[in-house]
Amino acid sequence: MSITPDEIIATAKLAKLQVDDKDISEVTERISAILELVDQMQAIDTSEIQPMANVLDAVQYLRPDTIVEPDNKILRRDQFQQIAPATDEGLYLVPKVIE
Amino acid sequence: MTALHQLTLAEIHQGLAQKDFSSREITQHLLDRIRSLDKTYNCFITLDKKGALEAADAADSLLAKGSEGALLGVPFAHKDIFCTNGIRTSCGSKMLDNFVPPYDATVVAKLKNQGVVMLGKTNMDEFAMGSSNETSFYGAVKNPWDTNRVPGGSSGGSAAAIAARLTPAATGTDTGGSIRQPAALCGITGLKPTYGRVSRYGMIAFASSLDQGGPMARTAEDAAILLNAMAGYDNKDSTCTDIPVPDYTAELTQPLKGLRIGLPREYFDERLNEDMAQTVHCALAELEKLGATLIDVDLPNSALSVPAYYVIAPAEASSNLSRFDGVRYGYRCNDPKDLEDLYTRTRSEGFGDEVKRRILIGTYALSAGYYDAYYRKAQQIRRLINQDFVSAFEQVDIIAGPTSPSPAFKFGSKNNDPVSMYLEDIYTIAVNLAGLPGMSIPAGIVDKMPVGLQLVGNYFAEAKLLNVAHQYQTVTDWHKASPID
Repeated sequence: MSITPDEIIATAKLAKLQVDDKDISEVTERISAILELVDQMQAIDTSEIQPMANVLDAVQYLRPDTIVEPDNKILRRDQFQQIAPATDEGLYLVPKVIE
Repeated sequence: MTALHQLTLAEIHQGLAQKDFSSREITQHLLDRIRSLDKTYNCFITLDKKGALEAADAADSLLAKGSEGALLGVPFAHKDIFCTNGIRTSCGSKMLDNFVPPYDATVVAKLKNQGVVMLGKTNMDEFAMGSSNETSFYGAVKNPWDTNRVPGGSSGGSAAAIAARLTPAATGTDTGGSIRQPAALCGITGLKPTYGRVSRYGMIAFASSLDQGGPMARTAEDAAILLNAMAGYDNKDSTCTDIPVPDYTAELTQPLKGLRIGLPREYFDERLNEDMAQTVHCALAELEKLGATLIDVDLPNSALSVPAYYVIAPAEASSNLSRFDGVRYGYRCNDPKDLEDLYTRTRSEGFGDEVKRRILIGTYALSAGYYDAYYRKAQQIRRLINQDFVSAFEQVDIIAGPTSPSPAFKFGSKNNDPVSMYLEDIYTIAVNLAGLPGMSIPAGIVDKMPVGLQLVGNYFAEAKLLNVAHQYQTVTDWHKASPID
């Protein structure tokens, strides 16, 4: 299965990535080569095989339903927000969404 | 006396206990070495000199009071994928160049509790995506055996720092071979534990069903000491397994008589460089001399491991890396005109080419209409690969073969051809898909470069792998070979 430049652009949009016009042919070529490698899988009949998501077939652990919170919530929030690009009074700032 | 930087973890522990030297002395010695040598090798992204010396002094005062502990006061380094409270954690990416985590990864906290002295954070392929370290935002690490060659990846900074004797040991992570392949290419010992053996909390996610942290060191004995401290259940990681952690050093000296070693025919075919094959066979002959029996086994679906991996890993990565949006931490583009522009430019400017490529593949494989042909298919192939190993382990105790198809390659020789780079991990990837433990130990020299022997164990059989590796290291000297004095 090969991929077209238009499909690359559509996929990039889904992934919130920009592919510059000057790079599109190279990106398409490299991703096509990878998909060609991946397509070796299609030679095998797997119709009877159950997909495997977790190697130990583990189930999700459940923790006791009790409240776990740090002693000083505001201090902890401030520590987390110290590394944010833009905050104001405990809120994360982004460009205006609604005009 | 042996130079301080040539000592193993076990020897450092002994030296500290006997008061031959202090933790401050060896820490300062290694910091000085890093200052003079790392301009050449580029193993470290961030150094924590002040924190290291403070931790060394704290360890020295505990040692003076008679405290013990195999890791107390021992210098160490963390791959820059593990979050370290107050110390920048970049994951080799521009996206996290300014990221200072407000918490420690579980592995970091566990080792800190044992009193290790962290020197700094080691260089790596961006978001652990690479086999050569060439995708790092901070520039590639140079292989200390030949600075024109790659150290392997993605844990290349950890492997090269150990080989260059800048640190006695370090953490690594392995999603498709990222501990074992650089360990092989730099001539050190690396262990990828069973999936779920070591907590992934605070370890920046690449492909969550494959990622596993583990120790990188000079010897199997040191890897065992480290795994004792790193392994165990963690309620902060829902995939971490709640089974008891044995003392991994306890079985190191068990004799190998009667051990059945499986040799996958598929790992010794024409893809393997002839000199490499000969070196691996010599290593296997040593294990035979120690009483092991070699048995041919088949892993018929192993050729499909790379194709399946390059669906599963990018699919998981595309989901994991969607969190980097320029809002809560990390890079943000300048003057975004709206929210869409903020997301798209932040991600396009913050990620490197290989990361973007994998996000695109993953997004494509998971998108409507392609899910069954790619993602579901890859998960089915994953089960076939797993079943191959289950059958093989009915006949043998461990599996052995090469870690990589060739010794370290030259910079620039594969980074323009992703597929040839991906095939570098042909012998390691199946182990991640099956979730098994795997090791690489130094087993010889080809073209003046080190070669690794890969050992693969059954689930949670890390003690057996370490036992075999340690026995091999008691009768051979390859793990002592050093590129520098």
